[in-house]
Amino acid sequence: MEVMEDYFYTKEHEWVRIEDNIAIVGISEYAQSALGDITFVELPEVGLEIEQFEQFASVESVKAASDIYCPLSGVVIEVNEELSDSPDLINRDCYEKGWMVKIEISNLEDKVNLMTSTEYQKFLESLE
Amino acid sequence: MLSETALKQTPLYHEHVRLNAKIVPFGGWEMPLQYEGILAEYNSTRRDVAVFDTSHMGEFLIEGDLQESGLDRLVTQRLSDLAVGACRYGALLKEDGGVLDDLIVYRLAQAKWMVVVNGATMQKDSEQFMRIVTAKDKFTNISFSTGKLDIQGPKSRDLLSRFIKGFEKLTFYTFAECEVLGTKAIVSRTGYTGELGYEIYFPWERTPELWNKILSLGAKPAGLGSRDVLRLEMGYSLYGHEIDENISPLEAGLERFVDFDKDFIGKAKLLKEKKEGSKRHLIAFVSLSRRSPRSGFKIYSSDGQEIGVVTSGTFSPALEKGIGLGLVNAGCAKKDEKIFVGEGSGSIEVAITPRPFYKKGTFRN
Repeated sequence: MEVMEDYFYTKEHEWVRIEDNIAIVGISEYAQSALGDITFVELPEVGLEIEQFEQFASVESVKAASDIYCPLSGVVIEVNEELSDSPDLINRDCYEKGWMVKIEISNLEDKVNLMTSTEYQKFLESLE
Repeated sequence: MLSETALKQTPLYHEHVRLNAKIVPFGGWEMPLQYEGILAEYNSTRRDVAVFDTSHMGEFLIEGDLQESGLDRLVTQRLSDLAVGACRYGALLKEDGGVLDDLIVYRLAQAKWMVVVNGATMQKDSEQFMRIVTAKDKFTNISFSTGKLDIQGPKSRDLLSRFIKGFEKLTFYTFAECEVLGTKAIVSRTGYTGELGYEIYFPWERTPELWNKILSLGAKPAGLGSRDVLRLEMGYSLYGHEIDENISPLEAGLERFVDFDKDFIGKAKLLKEKKEGSKRHLIAFVSLSRRSPRSGFKIYSSDGQEIGVVTSGTFSPALEKGIGLGLVNAGCAKKDEKIFVGEGSGSIEVAITPRPFYKKGTFRN
């Protein structure tokens, strides 16, 4: 399973890339592979204020629906509009083109509750 | 020694593992959910040709006269005028009209029949047959000596004609005994996908040979995931969802497979239901968005009343929308009416629509 080095991860398999005070959020290779062909993505409204680990989006595949939780607290400043017509971008490129939401981070210290790529890699191995 | 709860494996289990299939429990069997992916396997079936392992399904042989053997009483469908070489879909009922299983009856000879049933229900079906079939030595459960492959898709005929002869002229719901890899096998023009397709009944231990032959000729392996999407686009019932022991065939919209001019187990109950009207009926609906209804979601009328439950739901790749089937209280939902399905707060607006959802199937070509 591909894991991106400079990203942080949750136990629910969301990833976050932090650029200054902006967090870019998506789901990991493990999550997209487990879900299979993604057919619908529900994203939050821009402006929504959100707490760390609060549910803020959902993803549907042919098989099932899955809730997505926000890795950091903040305010939604942008969503990936391309996903409404091409939800399979998440299957094809979950770490770049398949990003879901950008958040203005309200509390960067929340980061301590996330896993580093090395920790996430170990977590994935423990699931096998 | 296997425990009673151990999952059974088809003769192709090791082939599925070798192909890296995602294996899931299904009706007491370890079955492939998907290989490459559900959509890819769906596309192979709709556009080209795919092969499914359906060896978990049960097969019974009955020798004897239709009436005297008791077979006629077991099946809702008329069988008396079924030609040798043809097969018919019907249901096996309890006395109270609930559905024990849906099945296909093949007339192998004037007084010889094969009945094909679901894998999960095979044991209880067999018990019901044993109770009713008069001469016990004339009933044989051949489920564990019979493998089964479904070869489905517009190019299935071309593929099979490269190593099987004498099946090409078969029409929908007919079959022939053909020589397949040096052995006699039933090749049946039937399927569960809506596409041109065949089902081959083959000796259990030699099924891997047939599977690999078909793959070597270019068919893609396809699993239960795509099979469910394909059948649901056709609006076909799945046992345990649209039909079960607590749902009558009339509620499930299967009246055309029930012959009220003959005697069958459960008939009195169905006649009563027909006279008084069914309490529920099955509807098909399409989502107004890409969101998919899911089995178990509740169904609400436009004014928010709970009127039923979703029995099956998925994303339809052909429609690029969610689709589903569900049971609703009689008189509650009319054609083209907007209703809602969902759980909790998020609900999906859907429109009632006739079956099938997918209208370009090649199954009669």
